[in-house]
Amino acid sequence: MADRALSDIKVIEFGNFIAGPYCTKLMADLGAEVIKIEEPIVGDEARHMGPFLGNIPHPERSGLFLFLNTNKKSITLNPKTATGKRIFLDLIKDADVLIENHRPSVMKELGLDYETLSRVNPNLIMTSISPFGQTGPYKDFKAYDLNVISIGGMPYINGGLFADSETTGVDLPPEGMPLKPAGHQAEFQGALNAAVATMMALWCRDSVGGQHIDISEQEAISSILETNIPFYSYLEVIRRRFDLPIVAPVHIIEAKDGHIYVLCIEEEQWKSFVEMMGSPDWANEEIFANRVARGMYADALIPVLKEYIEQHTVEELYHEAQDRGVPFAPVSTMADLLSSQHLNARGFFVDVHHPQAGKVRMAGAPWKLWATPWMIEFPAPLLGEHTEEIICGRLGYNRTDLAKMAEVGVV
Amino acid sequence: MGKLPLEGLRIADFSWVWAGPYCTKLMADMGAEVIKIETAKRPDVTRMLPPWFPGPMPTSPNQSGYYNMLNRNKTSVTLDLTTAKGVEIAKKLVATSDVVVENFAADVMTKFGLNYDVLRRLKRDIVMISMPAYGSTGPDSHYISYGPAQVPLSGMSFLTGFKGGPPMHVGTSYGDPTAGLHACFAVMSALHYRKRTGHGQYIDLSQWETSIMVIPEGIMEYTMNGTQRPRMGNHDDKLAPHNIYRCEGDDDWVSIAVGTEEEWQALGKTMERPDLIADPRFSDQFSRWKNQDELDKIITEWTLKRDKWTAMNTLQAAGVAATITATNKDVVEDPNLNERGFMVEQDHPEVGKKKIFGLAWKMGKTPGAIRRPAPLQGQHTEYVLSEILKYSPEEIAQLKDEKVLF
Repeated sequence: MADRALSDIKVIEFGNFIAGPYCTKLMADLGAEVIKIEEPIVGDEARHMGPFLGNIPHPERSGLFLFLNTNKKSITLNPKTATGKRIFLDLIKDADVLIENHRPSVMKELGLDYETLSRVNPNLIMTSISPFGQTGPYKDFKAYDLNVISIGGMPYINGGLFADSETTGVDLPPEGMPLKPAGHQAEFQGALNAAVATMMALWCRDSVGGQHIDISEQEAISSILETNIPFYSYLEVIRRRFDLPIVAPVHIIEAKDGHIYVLCIEEEQWKSFVEMMGSPDWANEEIFANRVARGMYADALIPVLKEYIEQHTVEELYHEAQDRGVPFAPVSTMADLLSSQHLNARGFFVDVHHPQAGKVRMAGAPWKLWATPWMIEFPAPLLGEHTEEIICGRLGYNRTDLAKMAEVGVV
Repeated sequence: MGKLPLEGLRIADFSWVWAGPYCTKLMADMGAEVIKIETAKRPDVTRMLPPWFPGPMPTSPNQSGYYNMLNRNKTSVTLDLTTAKGVEIAKKLVATSDVVVENFAADVMTKFGLNYDVLRRLKRDIVMISMPAYGSTGPDSHYISYGPAQVPLSGMSFLTGFKGGPPMHVGTSYGDPTAGLHACFAVMSALHYRKRTGHGQYIDLSQWETSIMVIPEGIMEYTMNGTQRPRMGNHDDKLAPHNIYRCEGDDDWVSIAVGTEEEWQALGKTMERPDLIADPRFSDQFSRWKNQDELDKIITEWTLKRDKWTAMNTLQAAGVAATITATNKDVVEDPNLNERGFMVEQDHPEVGKKKIFGLAWKMGKTPGAIRRPAPLQGQHTEYVLSEILKYSPEEIAQLKDEKVLF
């Protein structure tokens, strides 16, 4: 097997859903050995979340699970049992990294907190991902992804008037209602910060030994609010979702066959765009004279742009604009992405062959490392697929014992 | 202050705006020496974006909150890379560096004469990452992208919005820090490999692709079933109730999400609506999910009578997942962020003492720290040229006169 960037690293993943698993996926995909510890019978929560192949729920056919767990091994283990815990500690002895995303009290309750694990392996890097961190006034708060995003600061500055009063049953303020970004972004941001911090701890491990890393998803979200924190700490200005845009146009506008993001904020780009539209008279109005004015009068600008945009397809507008140096972007549908000539030329999407789900297409890696390329060595594991390989083959338990362990719920 | 994990690493940072600088911020915070190559000829975009202190317009390139928060712990050198001498200095800097980071459009570094092939001859084991929007290769790699455009381009806008409504943005250039984090992971992995083997390498990262990685719910629905996931506002595939609810006040909101029977009962009790708990419309997760529009209205009757903090604290005390929908002020003043030392005060020579966000992690032995404010434009030009590159004071003066160090 080719020497991959992280071939020398052994990772134990003791997590669920997205935060732990995406972190270790990044490592597994670059060659680290990742042993995923799943709850016996039930397995990772993500196995029970759609989208499912053919819309038929099945723990080996969850698209989310199949994507997040490429290149990993799966063992089922219940560390609440004394034997299970012993096995967990055996695995830790030999590991470089442990990634876990349980609520802060759980590892301590299991007797698997950092103090205990570091005695077994002083070189272990243990990275814990939780909604609010391991310490602090919110550490025992309950939170799903939405709740972290909400207190993290993203939805307040987004959203708008489309929300139908009928549906919400409430009088909306003029700014409409707050809106979360699609998917589970607090989980992904937690995972990314965990992956980066873990690599940094590995980098200095020769001189300082192992350590515990505490990742707070709230902090991960509050780190990426762009200008919103400085607006308050510099000027005590509260940013709201319907603030006038500072410059314009920076708007999603409906085209003939979809939507396009009309972004045009440099004056030369605006000139090119006006030419592209056939130099209409309205473009000469004072209120559209420069980008700040266009921002102030966006309410007048957008309707006239719309009249032009809705007559053309997204493809036409996108390529025509880009050819003129105007940085439009399509509002890509899923179909657009999968059929993108650019993404396919780069080999971004890959087909992964899975024993139960069959051939499944998914995003590959968002980078090309020239010396140590990314690859799918094996698909997401079946539940407990490697239990025997690891527990018998590696740790030396015999098969009869393993069968008994399975019967009584240790594995 | 403990030892810094990345002490001894030098990064030649040609990046600008948010994506590249976010990657290098993560490294600077952990002790790497990040040398930003800037130019007064074309200042970093973020230096020229609001908010500025004291405002309303900037009187220097050092007053922007966006720039200052993102570029703390870094040093700044001004170099005009359109001059031959400027490029020569940049090359000398790369020859003493471990990593090169850049996020220009695809052919810019080549035009400067600073592409990987050239730089590798100066330092064989250099790790170089290019992180343009479209990646370094492919038919659209010459296209221009601005930060906010990543969100619609990635498919995230298509998936974001109210039920039955149009695609929407997410409020920030979300693709940028997502790319920056992925980039940092890739660089650290390449450094790890180099430590073991002595080999550096080039990394071609596409910001567009990193943004697609974080929406598998939408991608997999399409690749497996050929269907396009509809927009669902703040609702969820499984959890219900799951939304952002209006509270007392002009524009105050709280998020509430319920995932178990226990949490549902706790919610019902807290709202003093025991009748709801067993109501057939809501008595199990499936029914709650199907009838959540109605349920949202009922919950709003309760939340409207409370301020957001009371709603959050009352519900949390009962074991229900609830949090305020924070404004930027709420974030800066948040008790958890402040007690954990995430929000820190920093003294900057031009804007004074201001609260900035710190590190998104706590490492037990090597904590990282905000050691220095963001650099003034070109603040360390003399230091870098004399101490690191060994130019004499006369040479430096000459280069300044010729507007190479500009």
